[in-house]
Amino acid sequence: MQTAYQIYKRKIFMRNTLVAAAGILLLLAALVVSMNTGYTKLIPSDTFRILFGGGTDAENLILYQFRLPRVILAAMAGAGLALSGCIIQDVTKNPLADPGLLGINAGAGLAVLLYVLFFGTATFLAVFTLPVLALAGAGMTSVLIYLLAFKKGEGTSPIRLILTGIAVQAGIFALTTVLVINLDETRFDFVAMWQAGSIWGSGWKYVLALLPWQMVLIPFVVYRSRVLDVLSLDSCAACGLGVDVEKEQRILLFCAVALAASCVAVSGNISFAGLIAPHMARRLVGPKHSVLLPVCALTGAVTVSAADTFARVIVQPSEIPTGIVTAVLGAPYFIWLLTRK
Amino acid sequence: MKQFFISFFIFSAGIAVLVSLMFLSVSGGSSDIPFSVVRSALLHFDPTDMRHLVVADLRLPRVVASALVGAALSVAGAVMQGTTGNPLADSGLLGLNAGAGFAVALCFAFFPAAGYVYIVFASFAGAAAGAFLVNFVASMRRGGATHMRIVLAGAAVTALLAALSQGIALYFNVAQDIMFWTVGGVAGVGWRQVAVLAPCILAALLTSMLFSRSITVLSFGEEVAKGLGLNVSFVRLVSFVCVTVLAGASVAVVGAVGFVGLIFPHLAKFITGADYRRIIPVSAILGAVMMVLADFASRTLNPPAETPVGAFAALIGVPFFLYLSRRQKRAT
Repeated sequence: MQTAYQIYKRKIFMRNTLVAAAGILLLLAALVVSMNTGYTKLIPSDTFRILFGGGTDAENLILYQFRLPRVILAAMAGAGLALSGCIIQDVTKNPLADPGLLGINAGAGLAVLLYVLFFGTATFLAVFTLPVLALAGAGMTSVLIYLLAFKKGEGTSPIRLILTGIAVQAGIFALTTVLVINLDETRFDFVAMWQAGSIWGSGWKYVLALLPWQMVLIPFVVYRSRVLDVLSLDSCAACGLGVDVEKEQRILLFCAVALAASCVAVSGNISFAGLIAPHMARRLVGPKHSVLLPVCALTGAVTVSAADTFARVIVQPSEIPTGIVTAVLGAPYFIWLLTRK
Repeated sequence: MKQFFISFFIFSAGIAVLVSLMFLSVSGGSSDIPFSVVRSALLHFDPTDMRHLVVADLRLPRVVASALVGAALSVAGAVMQGTTGNPLADSGLLGLNAGAGFAVALCFAFFPAAGYVYIVFASFAGAAAGAFLVNFVASMRRGGATHMRIVLAGAAVTALLAALSQGIALYFNVAQDIMFWTVGGVAGVGWRQVAVLAPCILAALLTSMLFSRSITVLSFGEEVAKGLGLNVSFVRLVSFVCVTVLAGASVAVVGAVGFVGLIFPHLAKFITGADYRRIIPVSAILGAVMMVLADFASRTLNPPAETPVGAFAALIGVPFFLYLSRRQKRAT
């Protein structure tokens, strides 16, 4: 005999498995489609043939040196930004939060842009220092935003936090523009493309630069999912359950900032992906973080891969920045969130 | 009476500063032209002299346009703040600029042959649509629209429209034409544009001056205004049309320059008190001075490259915005 609770648990388990399987399949499909599209078209069977070692030199070059790293980078960036958004949303209990809207991306970008523009990305080592720099910039920006949005006796209201973030982002973008234009006229284009969210770092070294960060941070936040569950309750309940709320909040927010910063260092300023992906995941599997976080990473990866594919397909042979596609998708959703209770 | 004299002093001093700045701005740039040549170019123009041509055809129109746009954006902000009571009102923050920019992008993409007059009218329509959209979004939720909520709705709508404009620009391969619209600058403004814009902006400035008494009354609150016998909806409508024309015309020239309408009305209010009969002219002068200065700086910092004017405005405007939004009561 099964109790009602057991049946319920089984149902939940089945649903989660189904969602995870569907998510992985979708991601694979998105990756394959993404690999096929571009200036030189490949059909899926070609892709598989080249992947299994049957390609000509030209095909190998296209797939392994241009397509594959970019496709993987887009998926990784999507996963990282989505996790970052999910953590920020739950820790600050702010459903509107997104690392892009909060100005974290802009802070990371300022550091990266200044470095790239003054020193270039020529050396192999430089690519690996980029995420560290991005983290420094993003960390300082998020502390600044928090201090500016914090008000004695009120704390930080969700709207105030977002508005402060948007304003700081506008300021940082303006500062970047002023700094950059004094360097070189052509470099302005680079900055403009970065701000619009073009995935610029395409090459295996960027994937390698991002990989260690995600290898450490993603398992760590999934490991902390129980703490996240507790933190998304109100803070009295969290205290009662024996969690050092402020300390855990700080650790997790640091992880979120680091996730976003490392992604943004190699992709452009992709906003709204960190907003919509967690919402999608929460609708699919509910608020339990041990399930939510992995699914969230999947939805984020699928979203950004799809957006990146679309960005490359729509104006061939040229492309539009991926961040524009995510913004066109995400901004209406954000507006919808604003209008409902 | 004292405040009247202060306002009068600021206004006349502002005009003097504005005129001398415009003179300075015309003479400076990627190649310096002495004041004497500028004067002779203005007084007895010689079409064979290269430097006269630079002054009359390149520099003068953009300096005049900067002054007009600065005044227009600033007054648009003042009228919005007065009629809505929202201290954070600015045509850039509340979606008017983004709406106008989107309309301009559409125009460039689908009607590349359209004349400048049509682009300006599309820009008006876009500004109005942007304003409606933001107010609609902000008032959808029960509990009505707080000041902070309206600004957040403005930011969301701006993000959407800016992304769409950029997408359209890249898709239809008109990015080069639209680039300076998205970053903000008066490069490439000629007399042809000024001739279309100046009447619109001047008419709207004059109308808002004529209605400044009513705007003052309305700024005390809708109930007070009704109690004093003001036709509130008529004044609101006129103000809305003025703001749309001012913001739309400005965007058609310089693109998305925000924060100008936020800063100067507050400054003017601080100097002259709560009377919009003084706030409007003083903020117009202050905005014009700032814009001419910003344009001058953008040309002289690193010639021949030009720093977008919008970047300067944002650098000054963002701290000011943060200060104002901190003073807002608890936002929900």
